[in-house]
Amino acid sequence: MSEYSEIDDLIPDVDMPAEFVERINRAPAEITDEAETFMPRRNFLKLTGIVGGGLVLGFALSGAPRTLAAPKGTEASTDTAFTSNVFTPNAYIQIKPDGTIVIAAKNPEIGQGVKTTLPMIIAEELEAPWESVSVIQSDIDAKRFGRQSAGGSQSTPRNWRPLRQAGAVAREMLIAAAAKTWGVSKAQCFADQGFIVNRENNRKLSYAELAGTAAELPVPNGKKVPLKKRSDYKLLGTFVPGVDNHSLVTGKPLFGIDQKLPGQLYATYTKCPQFGGGVKQANLQEIKALPGVVDAFVIEGNGIQTELLSGVAIVTKSTYEAFQAAKALRVEWDLSSAATDSWEDIQQKASALTDKPGAAKKSKGSVDKALATAHKTVSGYYTYPFLAHANLEPQNCTAWYRNGKMDIWAPSQTPQSIPGLVSSAVGIPAEDITVTQCRIGGGFGRRLMNDYACEAAAIAYRTKAPIKLMWNREADTAHDFYRVGGFHKLTGALNAEGTLTGLRDRTITFYPKDADDSRPVRAGNASSGNLQCPEIPNLSIEAHPLPLQVPTGWWRAPVSCSLAWVYQSFIHELAVAAERDHLEFLLEQFGAPRWTGRRRAGDFNTERAIDVVKLAAKNGDWGRPQKDGQGRGLSFYFSHLGYFAQVAEVTVDEQNNVKVDRVVVAGDVGMLLNKSAGVNQVEGSVTDALSVLAGQEISFENGAVQQSNFDTYPLLRMPAQPKIEVHWLSTQYPPTGLGEPAFPPLAAAVTNAIFDATGKRIRTMPISKEGFKVI
Amino acid sequence: MTAINFVLNGEDREVDDLDPNTPLLWVLRDRLDMVGTKFGCGRGLCGACTVHFNGNAMRSCLLPISAVAGQEITTIEGLAETDDSGNEQLHPLQDAWIASDTPQCGYCQAGQIMTAAALLKANPNPSDADIDNAMAGNLCRCGTYKRIRQAIHTAAENSVPGGTGE
Repeated sequence: MSEYSEIDDLIPDVDMPAEFVERINRAPAEITDEAETFMPRRNFLKLTGIVGGGLVLGFALSGAPRTLAAPKGTEASTDTAFTSNVFTPNAYIQIKPDGTIVIAAKNPEIGQGVKTTLPMIIAEELEAPWESVSVIQSDIDAKRFGRQSAGGSQSTPRNWRPLRQAGAVAREMLIAAAAKTWGVSKAQCFADQGFIVNRENNRKLSYAELAGTAAELPVPNGKKVPLKKRSDYKLLGTFVPGVDNHSLVTGKPLFGIDQKLPGQLYATYTKCPQFGGGVKQANLQEIKALPGVVDAFVIEGNGIQTELLSGVAIVTKSTYEAFQAAKALRVEWDLSSAATDSWEDIQQKASALTDKPGAAKKSKGSVDKALATAHKTVSGYYTYPFLAHANLEPQNCTAWYRNGKMDIWAPSQTPQSIPGLVSSAVGIPAEDITVTQCRIGGGFGRRLMNDYACEAAAIAYRTKAPIKLMWNREADTAHDFYRVGGFHKLTGALNAEGTLTGLRDRTITFYPKDADDSRPVRAGNASSGNLQCPEIPNLSIEAHPLPLQVPTGWWRAPVSCSLAWVYQSFIHELAVAAERDHLEFLLEQFGAPRWTGRRRAGDFNTERAIDVVKLAAKNGDWGRPQKDGQGRGLSFYFSHLGYFAQVAEVTVDEQNNVKVDRVVVAGDVGMLLNKSAGVNQVEGSVTDALSVLAGQEISFENGAVQQSNFDTYPLLRMPAQPKIEVHWLSTQYPPTGLGEPAFPPLAAAVTNAIFDATGKRIRTMPISKEGFKVI
Repeated sequence: MTAINFVLNGEDREVDDLDPNTPLLWVLRDRLDMVGTKFGCGRGLCGACTVHFNGNAMRSCLLPISAVAGQEITTIEGLAETDDSGNEQLHPLQDAWIASDTPQCGYCQAGQIMTAAALLKANPNPSDADIDNAMAGNLCRCGTYKRIRQAIHTAAENSVPGGTGE
């Protein structure tokens, strides 16, 4: 699917050949054994051959045990000195003689729960009792941990097999150690929650007792160790609270913004409000005279939006002084290359352009013929705005340049990208840059970018003292990489039986100003045509290009987050026009239960779609009569390998106040690994999507964003959150991620419900623009 | 300026050599190294910086340090108590938050808990509507509201009468 290839474009393949990245997203043709994963065996072998020293080799082929790296930065240090009694079979696991089992969490924690869930996968195979497991955040080290990123809901599918193998390798070594100790065969021993048990006589040896012996044994090949059956799982699938909870509720320093180094200074970085503008001159002397200001200087930057734009750095002794000094800053901007984009103007152009045929991006059959011979045609023009990420933790980064080396503490979703980007922006060799990952106060795709890290590094490079760069909320809103807005003029054809016979979508695709108009802006592929109606005989997706200089980026469920609303609303419009039940009409679009495409994980499986839609409808009381002013809406979308259907129930009063009473969610992600984090992600996605639907819009005039803080860019507050029910379909497919796929269906479920309640079709987001208010 | 004295989490503290307009938030974070209180918006719109000012929930991002002189401040770091043996006794809200796995990214949660603690002190057995009303000023970008409400109910149920609050 497009979102994968886009994410893959973004994250450098530090350890994995592109071929592998593609293949890891594929499912085997027939999945009958849960031990199967996205990675066919031949590729596994190939991978290990190619990358040498990568994630897999880290434990598969290393002959000697290794020490676990000392966690730097935010957490209490563990005893990492290698001793012969500490069993360290691979980069992820350390078992100490006192019985402590330390498991490294490799990927950035942005709230999706991977700091807990990924170690759970290891602990399950290791047969480690969870209460004796201590989780540490790992170093950033591609050689030992492979790809370390948080994006695309990929942590689970990418790590599912390698982490089970990491745990299984350790378990098998402990079994071997017990067998050696007792002088029996390995087959006579099994692992059970921190002990190896002799099945003949029920004698037990604890992992602590075996650690020393196990540490002397050769490390078996990861791909040859047996993996547990899903039916034998004890930990996976249960409710496991986050490992950082105690630290979070007692205010411990975990986040990027919490970092503090000896002699640390604070910094702001002011950029041109008009994207692409540079600094001509600034009142630096005045700024330097202000209280607490240590230095103020212009950074020219390298002109690359994702790295280092031109701006003014102010370095001070405290954050408050930095913010105050920034307010006094007067900059004359060089606007020769600055953006002049206007959202008003774009909206007008888009409306006119989409009346005309555009370049064909996807076509099947003949839509013209289908429309010409239709019993009924339906048209609708859907628009949605740009969005900011609005992470509650504003962008920040701490950096220290000393003795030719740069240390960076970053709340980044792609920490492995930082050395390369900083090297390009600041001119330090990438190998002299060390990155420590911090807990992240909200990702949502914003922190796939590392612009703040490049800025912090550039300031630290000059300052020679540790600095913490702090953006205020207004800067965070004005200098995001926005979810792209969009326009879709849809026309559908229905035959006399009320069957959908054709659909045309005339869209706008933005391309970077001064670039080729054939390639959309980042995360801007509105013409992907991911309709998820495989039965449709005639389809035409057309696009008109418009230039854009406003920076765009991946935003929770990129592309799907907007397309799902457009298509799932329009399918409902068609069902209404056909005078058919929406549920029946939607199911008809899927056709027979089957794989479409090539049976890869990213391909659409209609059986899974049908099953989640039916499950949502059943639990959402589909068809049950409601009172006046109430309505029920249905929606579905498949994204990020997850299948989600939702039924929303609303009550709308005379003043168009919308109360979303209940959202019933049905999902299929194969297997739910953590009942807590998984449900959290669904509840969060529903709330987030309602927040977007209710009143979020980023607009820009003369190349500058018009919103600044939570008064002009509102987030949903507690009273407006609906009751959310989550139902899971457990299937034998490998588990997949949950950061994104529950987001896309919500908006259409709600707007379809509003139609059901009021007869008013909403085709513009946010619904505040249509006069509706979510209460 | 002259020194400012106040009580922070039960201890006398003194800060000097700073602009009296400096918000308490930045005094806590930069000067006193108590970073549990978070910066979100700087304008009292999100609640991430909520502390207790003489027992009442207050946004520390708008509270000048000069107004704190002689007053009592409690932050998330001071919400738990220490028993006679020196063991940490978490506030019932903190226990409930952990058990119900309320945090997602966790960034707003200190502010949420401080607002909730002030609520429970004033209203030991709040209804859903009471909770919605009290918590409406605290944003959670991750959408943890449902579990926050649940955790507040749990804490209320688990609290010994008179045992809530600081």
